[in-house]
Amino acid sequence: MIQPRFSNLPPGFRIQRETNTEEFFINMGPQHPSTHGALRLALRMDGETIVELVPHFGYIHRGMEKQAESMSYLQYIALSDRQDYLTAIQNNLGVVIALEKGMNVGVPEKGEYIRVMLQELGRIASHLVFYGCFGGDLGGQTCLLFGFKEREMIHDILEEVTGSRLTTNFFRPGGSRYDVPDTFIPRVKAFLDHLEDAMRDYERFLSKNIIVLERSIGIGVLSKEDAIAYGCSGPVLRASGVEFDVRRANPYSIYDQFDFDIPVFHNGDCYDRYKIRIAEIHESMKILRQCIDKFPKDGPWRSKEKPVRLPVGRYYSEIETAKGLYATYVVAATTGEKPYRIHTRGPSFPHIAALNKMVQGHKVSDLVTIMATLDPVIPEIDR
Amino acid sequence: MFVPSITNPVGDFVREMVPRLAEYLPASIQSDTLNSIVAFLVNALICVIAVCAVNIGSAPILIYMERKVCAHVQCRLGPMRLGWHGTIQTIADVLKMLFKEVYAPSGADKLMFYLAPLIVLIAPFIVCALIPFGRDLVVADVSMGIPLIIAVNGFGVLGILLGGWSSNNKYSLLGALRSGAQMISYEISFTMILLFVVMISGSTNLMSITLGQEGTISDWWIFKIPVLGIIAFILFFISSTAEMNRAPFDIAEAEQELTGGYHTEYNGTPFAMFYLAEYIALVTNSALATTCFLGGFLPPCIGVAFVDNYLNMVPGVVWFFAKVFFMIWCYMMVRWTFVRPRVDQLMDFEWKFLLPVNLVLLIAGAAYIVVCG
Amino acid sequence: MQENITLLQYFKRYFKRCITGPWSLMCGLSVSLKYFFDPRRIVTEQYPENRKTLRMHPRYRGRLEMIEDADGNNHCTACGMCERACPNASINVLSTKNIAGKKVLGRYVYHFASCTQCGLCVEACPFGAIRMNQDFEVATTDPNTLEMILNKKEGQG
Repeated sequence: MIQPRFSNLPPGFRIQRETNTEEFFINMGPQHPSTHGALRLALRMDGETIVELVPHFGYIHRGMEKQAESMSYLQYIALSDRQDYLTAIQNNLGVVIALEKGMNVGVPEKGEYIRVMLQELGRIASHLVFYGCFGGDLGGQTCLLFGFKEREMIHDILEEVTGSRLTTNFFRPGGSRYDVPDTFIPRVKAFLDHLEDAMRDYERFLSKNIIVLERSIGIGVLSKEDAIAYGCSGPVLRASGVEFDVRRANPYSIYDQFDFDIPVFHNGDCYDRYKIRIAEIHESMKILRQCIDKFPKDGPWRSKEKPVRLPVGRYYSEIETAKGLYATYVVAATTGEKPYRIHTRGPSFPHIAALNKMVQGHKVSDLVTIMATLDPVIPEIDR
Repeated sequence: MFVPSITNPVGDFVREMVPRLAEYLPASIQSDTLNSIVAFLVNALICVIAVCAVNIGSAPILIYMERKVCAHVQCRLGPMRLGWHGTIQTIADVLKMLFKEVYAPSGADKLMFYLAPLIVLIAPFIVCALIPFGRDLVVADVSMGIPLIIAVNGFGVLGILLGGWSSNNKYSLLGALRSGAQMISYEISFTMILLFVVMISGSTNLMSITLGQEGTISDWWIFKIPVLGIIAFILFFISSTAEMNRAPFDIAEAEQELTGGYHTEYNGTPFAMFYLAEYIALVTNSALATTCFLGGFLPPCIGVAFVDNYLNMVPGVVWFFAKVFFMIWCYMMVRWTFVRPRVDQLMDFEWKFLLPVNLVLLIAGAAYIVVCG
Repeated sequence: MQENITLLQYFKRYFKRCITGPWSLMCGLSVSLKYFFDPRRIVTEQYPENRKTLRMHPRYRGRLEMIEDADGNNHCTACGMCERACPNASINVLSTKNIAGKKVLGRYVYHFASCTQCGLCVEACPFGAIRMNQDFEVATTDPNTLEMILNKKEGQG
């Protein structure tokens, strides 16, 4: 039996519970406001305290990796949009880098700048959704709208550049599908100035709020060892004190040319996971400003176009999406347009796997907070 | 017999008219007793209609207001389609709600399930009848007004507990249990604050509490006792928010956790009743705050005769509702700003913060009265 | 997370939170008041009213259409590259033979219902015969209208 938590009481004042209570099961999901999609969590509860949690996946399994076997590589780029729809543009890059390794093509400088800028815009968009969902799941619906307001502005920019708001399908081996329009740089600049103001308000709104502090500090602690053991990545891993970011550890594109910090927090609780994402928004803005300064005016934006045919071999790429490590493993058994096998390693799956470890002994309300700070996207887990 | 202490032009008119009309009846059944009983019943009917009109009429206005306030905080426009700036939208929504099929989940205790929304409605209706809306506008001017309000407020918990329990749904049950614990706890500090008001005003009658604040703004209970009044007002604001189950204390509904809490299984008219009760409670609590702290129907005189003359020309009902809507706006801003505390933190807050502060406040108020009063 | 703290520390923390707590809540309230009283921040667009001025970007991927001149001439050679590029078989290029025995476009059948607007067909077309238009109001009550034939007349190219 799990003792209730009275962490803020001195030892002599803690209530010792002696009575035996009956446990019961409760189903959270697949239709539930705070499971962020069709995820079912079976909870074993003692009153309002969670004893055990078992996640059930597969409610929106579409068999993407199997579908990929009968698709061409280009078609799989379009499919990768539909995995983690909040970081669609980053998933595109993950697939494309693996293909580039196989095709052995390089990307011109301007193309790399376009990639980095869109990556960081996508990261900000995803983290803004996190801000909204975190506040919303805690009960402040206003935060939800605040987060989505700025995210829509990013999507406006993405729409102008890529032709689509969410399912971008933009990057291609050797560069990207289009050059950016002339209005791109001024728009990003104006947006960054706006976001700077907005983030000041938003942090004032939520970061120091005592109810948020009470509800997130010390909740859902994931230790450094556990985070590594479960295979967590991205902000969740860095909030637990592990300084690991693919952009720094194994730089892809031209991330090694920018000056940015990898924020690391050490408590591994919900508040740290919140703070780290806010800090990452600021770091992304820093990268974007550097990009705007150094953006090459002319020059090619993609290398010479050639058919996407991979020689026999195994190709692996990993990138840092907003959620964490997104890796693509392509096996080409025959030289041609179609893969033998594509496997995707998404960041959300290990996070949900670690959920049971984090929620034990917490209340249902804490489960909602923890889920929000893990920021999972269910279509990416089920694929 | 049946002579009310407060006279009202409408009541007097009825009392005058009934004997006059009774003259047309056969002389054998004419009597003063009958006349006064009939007059009383007619007056009672008028009162019931008036209370219902205020309560049910204010709900659509409040829902519209809530939508607009919430929308503007969130950089949206809110309803804009039906009528001018969406004014008819709520009426359309209410109509939709009324025409929906009403059904209970299998395994639900049908009687309790349908009784619960009615019970929830009782408390705010009775409280509304006790509030003086103007100098001669009060339905029941009972001398034990505040104790009656405290007693009647308990009905809210009963309805919510019944609704949650009879739904045969674990989420509803959790919501109901949370709400039971929460409302019973916060009732204590709610009562304490009203006690403070009773103590400084020396009366439990809402009319005399209001009239005790006659004079300028500085005579309102919120300002009359320096610092303590404002603290008491803030504490009242907090505990009444919790009493109403409104965000940030809406852990009983907690959409993100319990998918709606005690009213998860309700739909159609019963759901509308829960909704109605929530908004009427908002009106009555704001009215109570206005009566107890903001001078009720008295105009905000500032002590300058020239201005005060104009302020006094405005009828008391207008001042009363202006203050009530200001209070409602405050409740709404709070609702759309703050996040929801956890259930155990809510209890901690009540028992470890609100209650001690309330006790200190009561002692300080008593000391103030002894020393200065 | 049960910490062992003395009673003194406990009360110190308690009173500190009594001060910082309300202050932090006031900070939050100031933001929502600022947003409430500033109508310039409203971002809502009144959609059907602004229909006249609403224009999509030229790159916007709406519905697939064939680039045709006024007489209905197009560049399609019925090579079928778009059909092969389509991930979900939304395009059927039905070819026919003209009098000279050359393979020409018969009917270009487009199943809009299964199209995900990825734009791979446009990219695959070697002749620039098709494009995505800026039509975003594509909802319909009649599913039959989702099956369309894009070319106006047969036997081009």
